[in-house]
Amino acid sequence: MNNVSHVTERIIWHYACHIDDVPSEGGACALINGKQIAIFNLSRRGEWYATDNQCPHKQQMALSRGMTGCENDEPKVACPFHKKTFSLRTGAGINDGTLQIATFPVQVQEGKVFIGMQD
Amino acid sequence: MEARANTRIVVIGNGMVGYKFCEKLFSKNHTEQNFTVTVFGEEPRPAYDRVHLSSYFDGASADDLSLASVEWYAQQGITLYLSDPVVDIDRVQKTVRSHHGIVVGYDYLIFATGSAAFVPPIPGVEKKGVFVYRTIEDLELISEHAHHARKAAVLGGGLLGLEAAKALLDLGMEEAHVVEFAPRLMPRQIDEAGSEVLQAQLESLGLQIHLSMATDSILGQESIEGLIFKDGSQLPIDMLVISAGIRPRDELAKIAGLETHPRGGILVDDRLRTADPAIFAIGECALVHQMIYGLIAPGYEMAEVVVSQLLGAEKAFLPFDMSTKLKLIGTDVASFGDPFVKEPDCRTVRFENKAKGIYKRINISSDGRELLGGILVGDASQYNMLLQTTKSKTILPPDPEDLILGNRGSEETGAGVMNFPDDALICSCEAVSKGMICSEVENGNTTIDALKKSCKAGTGCGGCVPMVNDLIQGVLKKQGIYLRKVICEHFGHSRQELLDLMKINQVKTFGATIDLFGKGHGCEVCKPLVGSILASLWNENILHSDRATIQDSNDRFLANIQKGGTYSVVPRIPGGEITPEKLIVIGQVAQRFGLYTKITGGQRIDLFGAHVSDLPQIWEILIDAGFESGHAYGKSLRTVKSCVGSTWCRFGVQDSVSFAIEVEERYKGLRSPHKLKSAVSGCVRECAEAQSKDFGIIATEKGWNLYVCGNGGSKPQHAQLLATDVDKETCLRLIDRFLMFYIQTADPLTRTATWLNKMEGGINYLRAVVVDDLLEMGEQWEREMQELVNRFHCEWKEVVETPELRKRFTHFVNADQKDPSVAFEEMRGQIKVKDWQ
Repeated sequence: MNNVSHVTERIIWHYACHIDDVPSEGGACALINGKQIAIFNLSRRGEWYATDNQCPHKQQMALSRGMTGCENDEPKVACPFHKKTFSLRTGAGINDGTLQIATFPVQVQEGKVFIGMQD
Repeated sequence: MEARANTRIVVIGNGMVGYKFCEKLFSKNHTEQNFTVTVFGEEPRPAYDRVHLSSYFDGASADDLSLASVEWYAQQGITLYLSDPVVDIDRVQKTVRSHHGIVVGYDYLIFATGSAAFVPPIPGVEKKGVFVYRTIEDLELISEHAHHARKAAVLGGGLLGLEAAKALLDLGMEEAHVVEFAPRLMPRQIDEAGSEVLQAQLESLGLQIHLSMATDSILGQESIEGLIFKDGSQLPIDMLVISAGIRPRDELAKIAGLETHPRGGILVDDRLRTADPAIFAIGECALVHQMIYGLIAPGYEMAEVVVSQLLGAEKAFLPFDMSTKLKLIGTDVASFGDPFVKEPDCRTVRFENKAKGIYKRINISSDGRELLGGILVGDASQYNMLLQTTKSKTILPPDPEDLILGNRGSEETGAGVMNFPDDALICSCEAVSKGMICSEVENGNTTIDALKKSCKAGTGCGGCVPMVNDLIQGVLKKQGIYLRKVICEHFGHSRQELLDLMKINQVKTFGATIDLFGKGHGCEVCKPLVGSILASLWNENILHSDRATIQDSNDRFLANIQKGGTYSVVPRIPGGEITPEKLIVIGQVAQRFGLYTKITGGQRIDLFGAHVSDLPQIWEILIDAGFESGHAYGKSLRTVKSCVGSTWCRFGVQDSVSFAIEVEERYKGLRSPHKLKSAVSGCVRECAEAQSKDFGIIATEKGWNLYVCGNGGSKPQHAQLLATDVDKETCLRLIDRFLMFYIQTADPLTRTATWLNKMEGGINYLRAVVVDDLLEMGEQWEREMQELVNRFHCEWKEVVETPELRKRFTHFVNADQKDPSVAFEEMRGQIKVKDWQ
């Protein structure tokens, strides 16, 4: 493996919040490196997800306040403004295929939530 | 009949039947023949739907009623002259001459001149304010005059007269009367018992009916001031609409030397030919089989008969079934076969339910084998079935009374239609059979609109539309496409089923609900729905337990999200009454937090532009000043609007403000399938617009009138009268029952107006349930409502006082700052959010 690819794959883990700060089956917004990140706690599935907080439809900082759920087992979030839905796994728009949001890896350790971002 | 390669046809009259003749001629002509068609119409616009004329007062425009545009005639190559009646016919030269002097030659001449309103020779009919009800121009004149009229009457209680009476109600007349010479309404269609039930229905809607009244003369100098009857009594009115029958337009035929009947009508044979072989008459101007057929379906059939002959086929007009079904001011009325045949020539079965306003009668042959005819008032859902049974002379079951007493469920009706033979005529206006409709549905035309386009079924009188709907459902069901009305992929139940399950099992969280009755983890459809049901059942704080994240965003933050991601704040101002001190507090809050302020349509004040993290502090100040949450964010009671009422207004008869406050205090915070709006007016002037609300109250001299299921918004609908002159306590009891019935049975996100529109039996059934306690649920519903009222809490007060709820109101979980992306501009001295891209 050469040096260049090693550098691009380097992920920095940022502490975001305590697990209690994100409501069960809901989301919260954290400010990380000056960027707004939406963090979701799907406690029924035992899964955590992180995405852009901004909905690309009308550029509103609102996805963390959106309602989570699933569609054919695909975990998703619906923007509170116009109910655009996005896969939490891939960030792909579900009811509007032209939209896409970024997703970020999440780690939970000792009650703390970390978001992974490329350096 | 032989027609030349180029045949010249002149049609006199451009009404519904005249138009239908043109349409059929061009759609059915697959021969080598060419037709040159010229149409002369007396009215200024092309043919329109006269059957649904009264919908003009419901908001339908002249364009909505139009059958085909001027361009359509041009595309067919038809020459259309409007506002230009034919005045002369030269039967030797075979030409017609119009009022404007246009002369056109013909090979065949078609009279489709229709009929005019019959005006009886009563002294005074020439006075101002006396109208007939026949054309759009008549309606425009009536509408114009109605601006300065308050009391109006219709002369004639037949089918058209009652249509006109509906128009008077729609025009907002203070008094609307119907005066009929016969001892019953609609004497040609229904019997006395049916008339009594119909009369009670119409009177409950505010019409005043006067039967067995012979009009002597019309009072007034220049304008009408009243009617005098032969018995000496008087009726003061300032508008009269005459609807005493029709008279065939045969005057031109007379001039042309064609034979007419002394009581009107151009004489034709069963080929619809006059004595002159080049001249036909169709529709209401034609006298065939010794009668005038005053309905649209036989008129269309006559057009068909003449078109067939012109295209070379032999076809006769056979005695036509005069069965009718219509909706009169919301009440079904139908008669079929021979409605009046009496014992001993038949056996008659009658069913009457006065509480629900239903009357049914069927006449069965003496041997019990065949259905001869009958009458339906208040519920005509079995009409199509009974009509087919009569027409096809189906052998009756051993207990024929089951035909009208049996299960009224829609599935039953659907199955019934599907059992008809394929050649059973469903749409008699356009002669479309069951088989044709079913094959169209199988070809993918699965909506009424698609079927109207593909085979024209339902485009005439519209009476067959319910049966066409049943056929669509039936065919889809057979193909296995039929779907139950389930909530979403997570719950295989309807809202009502789920509500019952949650109630019986005392479920209080979303987690328990989906574990017990659903699958998966929920979505943006089922979560808020379950949240709403939980609130309606138990009225516990919507943010406690696992309930916060199942609420729609507005409910989750107890405020309305606006462009840019800030929220608006609406404190409750019951009845719109507010002290100067409270107004000052609102102003101070707006100044301190930099909010945009606007008066809402519901008589309160909306504060826009609040950051999510400011909401608890804003509410802390408001609550200290005595405000409560206004629930503007919830599917729940919004406001009870009021006019100032008898305390200040010189017209007011009751204290509407006090009652509005009492009503708002009682139902505030009540969660329901959709938002609820209400209003209380202090007199009939109705300044609070109570009739546009989900429930509205209007003061009377004796108490209060309660209206329900009105709607503003995109599909405005007037509320309907549920109870009259009740006292406050009764009024609240009825509202308790009404609201609980709605909450427990409506589909999600269905306003009360739509809920009622879909309810079988409509307002009569609703009244039977709520007022007459048909289901014996009244007491339980009142108790359940009282429990919800007792459990009321201000959601914002709890949030302000509860640290773990309060801490959710932040934008960032890890930074003590507001959303930096929020940006405002200035407009007229206040803030405005930046437009989104």
